[in-house]
Amino acid sequence: MTSAPSKLYADDVSLLVVTLDTNPFFWTTFPFHFSEFLSQVLAFLNSILLLGQLNQLVVIATGCNSCGYIYDSTSNRNHASTNGTMPALYSNLLHNLEEFLARDQKLTMPHAPVTVPSSLLSGSLSMALCYIQRAFRSGPMHPQPRILCLQGSTDGPEQYVAIMNAIFSAQRSSVPVDSCYIGSNNSAFLQQASYITGGIYYRPPQMDGLFQYLSTVFATDLHSRAFLRLPKSLGVDFRASCFCHKQTIDMGYVCSVCLSIFCEHHDKCSTCSSVFGQAQSNVASADNRKRKAS
Amino acid sequence: MSSSQQVVKRAKYKTTVKDPGTPGVLKLTQEKLVFKPNDPTSNNRVEVDFRLIKNHKHTKEGSNKPPWLNLGHSQGSYIFELENFSDLHVCRELVGIALSKHVEPPKVVSDEQLSPAEMTLRIKLLQEDSKLQKLHKDLVASGKLTESEFWATKKKLLDQDESRKLKQRIGFKNSLIFDTKPTSDGRINQVKFQLTPEIKYQIFALKPAVHQAFLNFVPSKMSEVDFWNKYFKAEYIHSTKNTIAAAAEAAEDEDLAVFLKDDEILENEARKKVRRVDPTLDMEADQGDDYTHLPDHGIFRDGSKETAEAQNTFYRRTLLQDLNRQSEVVLEGKTLDMDMEHPRTVAEVLARRKQESDGVIEEERRNRISKMTQIEDLQAQDDHRFAPLCIKDPRDYFDSQQVNALKSLDDSLAGKEQIRCNLGSEEAYGSLRESISKIKAIGLMDPLLSPEVAFKVLNGLTKNISSTKSHLGKSSQESVLDILPNTTKEKLLDHWVCSQELLRHFWSSYPVTTQNLVNKTKRMKDAISQIYSKLEEIKVSAKSDLRHQVSLVVHPMQQALDAALLHYDADVRKRNARGTKPNGYV
Repeated sequence: MTSAPSKLYADDVSLLVVTLDTNPFFWTTFPFHFSEFLSQVLAFLNSILLLGQLNQLVVIATGCNSCGYIYDSTSNRNHASTNGTMPALYSNLLHNLEEFLARDQKLTMPHAPVTVPSSLLSGSLSMALCYIQRAFRSGPMHPQPRILCLQGSTDGPEQYVAIMNAIFSAQRSSVPVDSCYIGSNNSAFLQQASYITGGIYYRPPQMDGLFQYLSTVFATDLHSRAFLRLPKSLGVDFRASCFCHKQTIDMGYVCSVCLSIFCEHHDKCSTCSSVFGQAQSNVASADNRKRKAS
Repeated sequence: MSSSQQVVKRAKYKTTVKDPGTPGVLKLTQEKLVFKPNDPTSNNRVEVDFRLIKNHKHTKEGSNKPPWLNLGHSQGSYIFELENFSDLHVCRELVGIALSKHVEPPKVVSDEQLSPAEMTLRIKLLQEDSKLQKLHKDLVASGKLTESEFWATKKKLLDQDESRKLKQRIGFKNSLIFDTKPTSDGRINQVKFQLTPEIKYQIFALKPAVHQAFLNFVPSKMSEVDFWNKYFKAEYIHSTKNTIAAAAEAAEDEDLAVFLKDDEILENEARKKVRRVDPTLDMEADQGDDYTHLPDHGIFRDGSKETAEAQNTFYRRTLLQDLNRQSEVVLEGKTLDMDMEHPRTVAEVLARRKQESDGVIEEERRNRISKMTQIEDLQAQDDHRFAPLCIKDPRDYFDSQQVNALKSLDDSLAGKEQIRCNLGSEEAYGSLRESISKIKAIGLMDPLLSPEVAFKVLNGLTKNISSTKSHLGKSSQESVLDILPNTTKEKLLDHWVCSQELLRHFWSSYPVTTQNLVNKTKRMKDAISQIYSKLEEIKVSAKSDLRHQVSLVVHPMQQALDAALLHYDADVRKRNARGTKPNGYV
C-alpha cells in the first residue's frame, strides 16, 4: 500500500545515508544506553560495507541545535586509528562524532527546563537529500540511494513543514526513507515519510537485539526488496500540524489556494497572502447593528 | 429604518471604467441619487430616480480593485468610485434597500430552472453509473438531500458529459484506394470495380484534376458511369506500366488524357505550399513531393529506374508522390459532414470549400512571414518546476487508519506522557561523550548480542510478517474487506460512500449563516445519526470470528461521523448561547 512510484533496480549496489539521533537529552532519559546502541549501529554499518565493495555509506548526526556529516566512506580522509585497535570506519566516525558534539554543545540555547527538546530531523533529511542529489549526478553508474533514520526523540511539530517538504522531494527523486524508531510512541512524521516514499517503518520491540533487526530488515538493498517480505506497517498517522501554532490537529481550516492548514479562523493566509472572503451576511448584520445604535 | 434616511459621501463619478472620474459629492436617499461635482462649471451632474435603476454591482473588498459602485440603468451604467470600502458598504446597503422597494416582487421562480437537455443528461448519468444511482436513491429519494444540492457537487461529472457530446469525426481510410482491387472473371475479358460514395469522395479529395474533370464532364459530356469507366481504364493502363500504350490512348481519347497526365491542380497547390514554407526549413527533404519531376529522386511505380524520354514522363506517377498525397488527404480529414449519396453535390461543395479556404491561407501566409518561427528542437528544455500531485483514492485509507483505531481502542492517552529530563545540557553532553570514549577504549561489545536474543528477534519478526500476511491479506492488494462476506462488504462500502457524501455536504455548510443552512445541517445531522446506528448494527451482528476485523474497519467511519455530530452539537449550543440576532439573521 505504498504510494511511491515503483522503480526497477538492476543491481544491489547501494548508497546508504544514515541519520543518527544524537540528542543528549533523549539519550540520558532512555533506558537503553547510548554506548550499547552505538556499538550495535557501528557493527551494522560495517556489515553494510562488507555486503558489497561498491556500497557507499554516509552518516549524518542529528543533534539538538545542528546536524553534521560524521562519516563518508568515499572520502579519502579516512585513516586508520592510531593504535590499530579498530577499523578506520569506527575510529573516524567516533572521532568526528565527538567533534560534532562539542560544536553542538556550544550552540545550546536555553529551552523549557524539564522537557526533552526534539532533534533536528528536518535538517539531517535535507542534508541527506543534498548528498544523494550529488550522487545522482556522479554518472550513469551511481549506486541506488536510500535513507535510514535512526530516531528516538519525539517529533517536533514546528518542523512539520520542513519535514514534509523533504519527504516530497525524496518521493520525487524515488529515494525510500526507512525509519527505525526506538522511542516510546510511534513517530507520525517518520511513519508518513516511509509511507509516502515507499520505505519501511519499524519500531523494534526489543532493544538489545537491535543489530539483528537492523541487519534483517534495514540492510536489505532496494533490488532485493522486490522479492523479500519485510514487516508491513499497520497504519499511518496522517495528522498534520497547523501552520500557525505548530500543534497537531485533527480538524482545521485549509487555504484553498496553497493548502496550508490553520487551527483557527484567519483573515489572510500567512503562506500565500490570499485574503479569505467573509460571508456576506456577517457584514450586513454588523452594519445593521451599527445603524440601530445610531 | 426611517424613510428620510440618506447617505452623503465623497465620490468620483465615472462614465466608463477607464474614465478617471470627476470628484464630487454623492447623495443617496431612498427615492433618488444626486451627484454634484466639486467643480461648479463641470456638467457631470447626475440626478436620477431609483425607479430607473435596474441593478447594482460593486467591487469586492479582497480584490485589488478600488471601491466602485456600479448602478445599471437601461442605457448604460453609472460608476461611482468611493473613498474606501466601508463607504461602499454603506452606500450599497442603501441602494439595495431603495431598489428592493421600487422593483416589483420577483415572480415566483421554481427551485431550479432546468432545461430539458440538462434533465436528460442527469438521467443518462444516473443510468450509466449504478453506484451514482444508488447514492442518488439513498440520499435524494429519502429526502436527506435536495436534487440541486446533490448535483451541485457533481458539476464535474455534468461538465465532462458536455464534451462527450462532440461526435468523433471519422476520417478517410488509409488504404491506398488506388489499388481498389477489381474483381475479374477468369473467362471474360472484363474487370469490375466496386465504387461506393465513400470512395468517390475520397477520390475527389485525392485528385483535384479528377474532381475538376468530373465537374466539367458530368453530366454535360458523358454520364457518370462513363466517367468512372474512363477513370478506371486510365488506372488500369497505369497499372500495366505501359507508358507507350498510355501515350497512345491519351492521344486517341481526349477525355482519357485528363486522367493519364499529371494533375496540374496538385502541381499548382504544391508550388503555393512550397512558397509558404519558412525559408529556414530544409527543402531537400521535400523533393519527393515536388511535381516538377526530378527523375533521380522519384521511385517509379513500375519499379524501373531508367530515366524516360520527355513525352513519356507525363504518364508516370511515382510511388512517393502517391503516398504523400494519400497521407496528406487522410490527415486533413473529411471536411464535409454530410451523406455521400450524390457525387455531384459532393463535388460542388468540395469545390466551393476550396475557394473559401484559399483566401484564408493567403492571410495566414502573410502573418507567418511577419513572425519568426521557433524551431522546437532547438529550444531549451522546459523543466517543469512542479511535481505532479499524487492524489489518492480515499478508500485506500481504510487500511492505513487501522493504527489509529488500534491506538484508541487499546491505550487511550497512556503512552503520551511527556518524558521529563532533569539534566542540564552540560551533564547530558558529558554523558554522551563518556559513552563514546568508552567504546573507543573497550571497542565494541563482545559478543555483540547473545544468540538467544538474536533467535528470539528472528522468530518475532517472522511471526509478525506472517501474521500480518494472514490478517491483512497475502499481498498488498488484498485488504481486510476481502475476508468479510460479500453482503457485509457491500453494505459497508455503501455506507462509506453515503457517509462521505453526507459529510461533504455537512462540512461545506459551515459556517452557518442563513436559515437554509441551518435546516440543511439539521437534515445532515439526522442522516448521519441514522448511518451511525446502521454501522453500529453491522458491528454487533458480525460473526464472532470476524467481529474484530469488522470493528476495525467500521471504527474510522464512526470516528468521522462522531466528529461531525460533536461539531454540530457544539455549534448549536454556541448559537443558542448568543441569542437570537435582530432581523432574523442566524
